[in-house]
Amino acid sequence: MEQLLLSYLPILIFIGLVVVVGIALMAGSFIIAKQEPDAEKLSTYECGFEPFTDTRGRFDVRFYLVAILFIIFDLEVAFLFPWAVSLGEIGVFGFWSMVVFLGVLTVGFIYEWKKGALEWE
Amino acid sequence: MIESRLPDFMTALPEIWLAGAAMLLLLIGVFRGNGGTRMVSWLAVVAIAVAFVMVAVSPAEREVTFAGMFVSDSFAKFAKELVLIGSAATIIMSLGYIRREGMERFEFPILILTATVGMMLMVSANDLIALYLGLELQSLSLYVLAAFKRDSLRSTEAGLKYFVLGALSSGMLLYGCSLIYGFTGTTNFDSLTTLFQGDAQAGIGLVFGIVFLIAGLAFKISAVPFHMWTPDVYEGATTPITAFFAAAPKVAAMSLFVRVLISPLVGVAAQWQQVIVAIAIASMLLGAFAAIRQTNIKRLMAYSSIGHMGFALVGLAAGTTDGAQSVMTYLAIYMVMNLGTFAAILAMKVKGEMVENVSDLSGLARTQPMLAFVLAVFMFSLAGIPPLAGFFAKFYVFKAAIDAGLFTLAIVGVLASVVGAFYYIRIIKVMYFDEPGDAFDLPVAGELRLVMTVTGLFTLLFVVFPTPILAWAQGAAAALIP
Amino acid sequence: MIVQAIAFYLFAAIIIASAVMVIAARNPVHSVLFLILAFFNAAGLFVLVGAEFLAMIMVIVYVGAVAVLFLFVVMMLDINFVELRQGFLNYLPVGALIGLILMIELIFVLTAGTVTPVVPAATGAPIPAIGQVTNTEALGAVLYTRYIYLFQASGMILFVAMIGAIVLTLRSRDGVRRQDAGKQTGRTRAESVEVRKVAPGGGV
Repeated sequence: MEQLLLSYLPILIFIGLVVVVGIALMAGSFIIAKQEPDAEKLSTYECGFEPFTDTRGRFDVRFYLVAILFIIFDLEVAFLFPWAVSLGEIGVFGFWSMVVFLGVLTVGFIYEWKKGALEWE
Repeated sequence: MIESRLPDFMTALPEIWLAGAAMLLLLIGVFRGNGGTRMVSWLAVVAIAVAFVMVAVSPAEREVTFAGMFVSDSFAKFAKELVLIGSAATIIMSLGYIRREGMERFEFPILILTATVGMMLMVSANDLIALYLGLELQSLSLYVLAAFKRDSLRSTEAGLKYFVLGALSSGMLLYGCSLIYGFTGTTNFDSLTTLFQGDAQAGIGLVFGIVFLIAGLAFKISAVPFHMWTPDVYEGATTPITAFFAAAPKVAAMSLFVRVLISPLVGVAAQWQQVIVAIAIASMLLGAFAAIRQTNIKRLMAYSSIGHMGFALVGLAAGTTDGAQSVMTYLAIYMVMNLGTFAAILAMKVKGEMVENVSDLSGLARTQPMLAFVLAVFMFSLAGIPPLAGFFAKFYVFKAAIDAGLFTLAIVGVLASVVGAFYYIRIIKVMYFDEPGDAFDLPVAGELRLVMTVTGLFTLLFVVFPTPILAWAQGAAAALIP
Repeated sequence: MIVQAIAFYLFAAIIIASAVMVIAARNPVHSVLFLILAFFNAAGLFVLVGAEFLAMIMVIVYVGAVAVLFLFVVMMLDINFVELRQGFLNYLPVGALIGLILMIELIFVLTAGTVTPVVPAATGAPIPAIGQVTNTEALGAVLYTRYIYLFQASGMILFVAMIGAIVLTLRSRDGVRRQDAGKQTGRTRAESVEVRKVAPGGGV
């Protein structure tokens, strides 16, 4: 346990460093730079125009479809990691177990391909 | 440590077959396009029929496989057979409807198949994790089915409501499961059974776990106070889907409920009995009173199903094998009556448009005496009037409750069914004594007539041949307590 | 040891703070960003208890995919969030009450709960020591063989999710010209070019 956590210590130090540097840079510019805000400086700059509409337009539902299909295959890949690591131990049964799992998702993949869910038009 | 030994796959053969069939049919469907929907639907019915035969010929002895996760016993067999009948009937009933309403997409029967696989996993679950996965497989398919008619605002609203509340209830269920696991160290039902044998004391943490588990399951059978989604979803979803919701998933969730409470948790019955009594009383009363003011027949059936789940819980509250037997009998009869009623509702069509108000039924006895008669039989049966099947269903649960000393519960149940009889009989009054309105389109589709005839005969003739069902349910219930 | 404790309290405090910000932030996009921060810190907590694999999955799946999906959903819904917030104060008492009940329950569970005596025996047995086998290996050793049933059931759930997403959101649009390489290269001269005799002064 100690050993395990010790191996993560560099990452912890790194995170600490990132936080410190990030805050230091922002604080530095805050303290040192000259700040004289006025309405014109703070307004949105959009090629010299006033913005016409809200910048947060609606996304097409197709983005959502792509994202959800991505999650499904992301999860599939997550299942592959432990399998790859322990394939030597679990033998033929473990191998075919994963093949069946992948087969199920491949059927789904053929379905979405054929349906045209992967095309953007 | 590593088990290289293969588990026994044969025990789960019906599930494996059905899952494989769903995938194969999906491929057939996607290569043939939506024109092949009718063929895919019939193939799905065939696949369910084959699965039914597999379940029917499987041995009645208790078999446990997959490291104790999956159990096949006569209880699971009984529930699976009911579920398969319900699913097949729904697909058959929906054939004409989905074509007429322009929602003929081949995913429809596929999703019913995957929901059925989920329900079969639920009733065969012998482990809290297996329970959860089965429940999710079923629920996920049902969410999609509720919103299936995606261009209709009501249907998408129904799907969204069902999904959000369903996710909440799954969360509660998981919280309950993790508390149970945390305080007992096991998720396996058999280990839990041994743990609670003798004078086991459930600690307070465990009690919280059980209550959360009950709350999650009560949502799935739409028992009060977790019923809020039911009327909206029933009304919003398309009618064949509503018929499906009212039949097979209710049977599966209730069977799961019975298995969890009677099999592993029977040793701590004192802890859950009062909760079940409370939700049974609340469901029966709400089902009886809230339905009175409904004008939409699908909403009315939603409240009716809440009430009926309350009656079924009366048998469960008894916490005995007799109680479990009465619940299973109740479920069988309830499912048949509901399928019949919904087949009749699907026949309510005026000039090509579906209608679903109670007032649309007015004078049906004069325009279509046969349909009116069949619907009247179902209404009398749902109300629990002897000698129809619905009466016996209620009779057995009340008897189980009285045998277990739950007199208050039985009395409230009888009163609630008297109040409930009012609105069922109101429908009969509308059909037989009101002035005829627009006549329904003729002819009624053959598949609807088939479902109505079979379920109607069952409802009428149960009084003559009750023994097979009762013996069947008894065998199922006996399997719960080894 | 002290570093471990400091890291724990730091992660836990950030999780709670960002969870509060998820529901308190005015801008829904900021809510999602705080959610991501919470996920990251949860991953940190997983590492602290030795569950490396879960920690990494947390980062890959939750931060990498789920949070992105949440962002899409937030961007996709055309909801006036300021308006939505107006009911906030009305529902606050009910929400607070439920939260309070849950907290009291948790306190009950933690203080008065009696753990069944067999628990140490049941939970202690199957987990190999963390020094000998990594998490990922330990999971892999049971997930695909002993727990094949659960593994395949999750596969089915993913399968249904795939069908569901397509059934509910995929629309075929009219008037879109698609590329069809086979058809395009298979064109013959006969079907694309027509030679006409044009009479002088007559036009086509």
